[in-house]
Amino acid sequence: MSNTTTDHAEQVEEQDLGAAGSQLSTTPKEELANVPAMGVVGWARWFWRQLTSMRVALLLLLLLALGAIPGSLIPQSGTDETKVADFRDRHEVLAPIYDKLGLFNVYSSVWFSAVYILLFVSLIGCIVPRTWQFVGQLRGRPPGAPKRLNRLPAYTTWRTEAEPEQVREAALALLKKRRFRAHVAGDAVAAEKGYLREVGNLAFHIALIVMLVAFAWGQLFKMEGNKLIVEGGGFSNTLTQYDDFKPGTLFGTDDLTPFSFNLKEFTGTYETSGPNKGTPRTYQADLTYSEGAYGEDRRTVVKVNKPLEIDGTKVYLTAHGYAPVITVRDGKGKVVFSDAVPLLPLDSNVTSSGVIKVYDGYKNAKGVSEQLAFQAAFLPTYAAGNEVSSSFPALINPVLNLEPYHGDLGVNAGIPQNVYQLNKKHMKGFKDSKGKQMRENLRPGETMQLPNGAGSVTYEDTKEWANFQITRQPASGWALAGSVAAILGLAGSLFIQRRRVWVRAVQGADGVTVVEMAGLGRSESAKVPEELGDLAGTLYEEGAPGAPDPAEDPDPTDPAAPAEGAEK
Amino acid sequence: MTLAAATNESLANLSNTLIYSAMAVYTLAFFAYIAEWLFGSRSKVGRTAAALTATRTKGAAAPAVTVRKAGGTAVLERPQVVVRATSGSRDVPDGPGAHGGDEQGDLYGRIAVSLTVLAFLIAFGGVLSRALSVQRAPWGNMYEFNITFSTVAVGVYLTLLALKKNVRWLGLFLTTTVLLDLGLAVTVLYTASDQLVPALHSYWLYIHVSTAILCGAVFYVGAVSTLLYLFRDSYENKLAGGGRPGRFASSVLERLPAAASLDKFSYRVNAAVFPLWTFTIIAGAIWAGDAWGRYWGWDPKETWSFITWVAYACYLHARATAGWKGRKAAYLALLAFGCWLFNYYGVNIFVSGKHSYADVGLGALQAVGF
Ligand code: HEM
Repeated sequence: MSNTTTDHAEQVEEQDLGAAGSQLSTTPKEELANVPAMGVVGWARWFWRQLTSMRVALLLLLLLALGAIPGSLIPQSGTDETKVADFRDRHEVLAPIYDKLGLFNVYSSVWFSAVYILLFVSLIGCIVPRTWQFVGQLRGRPPGAPKRLNRLPAYTTWRTEAEPEQVREAALALLKKRRFRAHVAGDAVAAEKGYLREVGNLAFHIALIVMLVAFAWGQLFKMEGNKLIVEGGGFSNTLTQYDDFKPGTLFGTDDLTPFSFNLKEFTGTYETSGPNKGTPRTYQADLTYSEGAYGEDRRTVVKVNKPLEIDGTKVYLTAHGYAPVITVRDGKGKVVFSDAVPLLPLDSNVTSSGVIKVYDGYKNAKGVSEQLAFQAAFLPTYAAGNEVSSSFPALINPVLNLEPYHGDLGVNAGIPQNVYQLNKKHMKGFKDSKGKQMRENLRPGETMQLPNGAGSVTYEDTKEWANFQITRQPASGWALAGSVAAILGLAGSLFIQRRRVWVRAVQGADGVTVVEMAGLGRSESAKVPEELGDLAGTLYEEGAPGAPDPAEDPDPTDPAAPAEGAEK
Repeated sequence: MTLAAATNESLANLSNTLIYSAMAVYTLAFFAYIAEWLFGSRSKVGRTAAALTATRTKGAAAPAVTVRKAGGTAVLERPQVVVRATSGSRDVPDGPGAHGGDEQGDLYGRIAVSLTVLAFLIAFGGVLSRALSVQRAPWGNMYEFNITFSTVAVGVYLTLLALKKNVRWLGLFLTTTVLLDLGLAVTVLYTASDQLVPALHSYWLYIHVSTAILCGAVFYVGAVSTLLYLFRDSYENKLAGGGRPGRFASSVLERLPAAASLDKFSYRVNAAVFPLWTFTIIAGAIWAGDAWGRYWGWDPKETWSFITWVAYACYLHARATAGWKGRKAAYLALLAFGCWLFNYYGVNIFVSGKHSYADVGLGALQAVGF
């Protein structure tokens, strides 16, 4: 087919279909980049039209995808502050540039926000007119039949003895029964079905807006904090009780839900044999909690994927470890420290480490005030031959290794210290008889004597600790509702075909009625001709039985096209 | 307990044996598909060229319905539906398939499909015994993910075949990919089944990962047909422009479905699975909400799922935008599939995040492929 004929054919087709093919969707027409009329208003209108065109929506979508990439490759301060710090240390030239470009917090950067805000403005600018247009389409009626039905993607024709009037009536009844919106326009019945597709599409795009707003709301008013609690300890929801606290921009401390809870017991059980030996089976924390300031105590169990929810605030169990109970005595036998000290787990068998710090109350053998510290390594299951790491995560054969130090912990300087690390700058190790750093393995109940009457340290017992993440993310219900609506709308939009059917019945030259039927879908689909065939079959059977064909071609208007359809 | 350990051990070994056997059978299927293509090259079809130089519009018949005339039993001819291509698209018949109408080629093609079915069943057994040996879903690490993924991809292909879709031409490409995927799995990614795994007691995770795998398999089918569409489309363009494509290109491309059919097929496949992909991401978010206390945190895996989603949304939009139909949209579809692939391999290998290692104290999130 040469180009000129194709073009010609298309032109003819466009004219032929005219209104019939129009508005089969509410997709905006692509307008060519016509030069806007002068003046601010002209430009504004031009800009608006560009912004709400499908082409720009596509471009913005692409930009959104592109813009999301750097955030996945460069450490983000929102997710991992330490990695960002690490990156800054290693890239002295790049880091300031990245800072300027907002690459350490891409998803809240100006440029990323600009892209999605523009996209959503475009989306709203697209939805509103489309909705009106769709309402108009619902109020109106399906457009009348085009002049030449045989130009449509699916077409069929036959001759019948029934009167044209009767055929149209039968067709109207049939189409209505099949839940088409149908009416008679001139010599033909016009019908349309599948409006739910448009509803689905609009619902989907509106749901996107709901999701975005809900997400943004959640980000602004969220809060997130952590609290480590040793068995027997408790927490009440006020700012000072948190180990760390990250509020959203608009979160006020008054928004903290009043409640408190105590950790009664933490239980972890593990697979004891087989290929999954050591794999956690249960992690659970038994709590008593009370709502409000004076609520009554209630019991509950919090598991890994089962947070406790109190009035929109959720309490998650996020980590656990061991806290040996330590008693430290000075040379005179006076207890100067007695507490459970949480240690940090290092591996999946909960090999742990930490520091026990005795800040005040201790006097050395000479009666001088000093501070003490013990570098601690803990193995919940010690197995001979493996001195450095635990062999199993449960508390089966616990061993606590302690390295005692004395001196000045340096806290008085006012510099904040990590409770899990020991600053040895002003600390001296206790030496054993050979002059080496003292170090001893203790089992529960065992005591280590410090040299020269400096005192003793006893490993009494082991408690477990659990870390709780306390979060509040408002509007997540809306986000969920939005996503459900989005999926449903999308399914409607993609699986429902919007299509039109026309049935024309006219008296032929020889007085016999000629029935023509044609179908048009928004996109080319095998369903449209299939359905047309089915409708034609039914109509043929019920309302317009066939008449013998005359010798001449059944459709004199176009000798070429229906030849195959009329093949016997 | 030791008895259980022993059964687990033997199940794991059985799984390995089955995976290797499946690879062997896939290899046989691969050669059978090659034979189909080779025998098919004997026939000279040249239908495309004929259609592109002819001027008449061709039509295809619609489903036949026999109508009985009242009173009589004579079968009347019923109205038949003429189908026309919409304006702007070329009206070219589909190629005959890899066998090119050659009988021997067709025979080899059938053998290839049978072998694919056999290999699928064996691989399925392999995945199943692996799952039983570790007593959890078989996607705890990349090895397991790979064997599951390829099995599901073949499953999708066989389902399409069973639904009488014209997809046999996919066979050769599919078996090639599957062999690469499994080869990679058993050599580079192999992980003994006694690896530590998390106790992730959330059914959302199972829903999330299984739909993710299914989506990946369907996206893969879409991507292959998009790629072939691009080749076939250039071939048809060349013919329509009066050019003469090379002999190899003609022989292979001639036998594929028409560009329009391939395009339509890939669109349908991608569009059909897009809502499921949307659901997958949302299921993941729900699970993340349960597990980590936030439903969306721009973790690399989450970010790339989102990028993939937006890329497919771009593709669907492009199809609705006049200037972007056809080849441009096809490039977008390939790009989107690239994002999906990167989300799996790239993110797991190059980027670390919550999904790929344990930075949450429980160690509970270790080794989750997704
Ligand atoms: C937030 C980003 C957006 C996403 C993720 C998105 C996604 C989608 C998807 C997946 C479809 C396919 C459904 C179908 O083919 O029926 C679609 C269709 C559509 N979108 Fe969007 N869209 C977005 C923004 C926009 C914007 C800004 C506009 C308007 C300028 C728009 C206008 C349309 C139209 C008119 C259709 C229907 C096309 C048709 O009838 O086939 N969308 N959108």
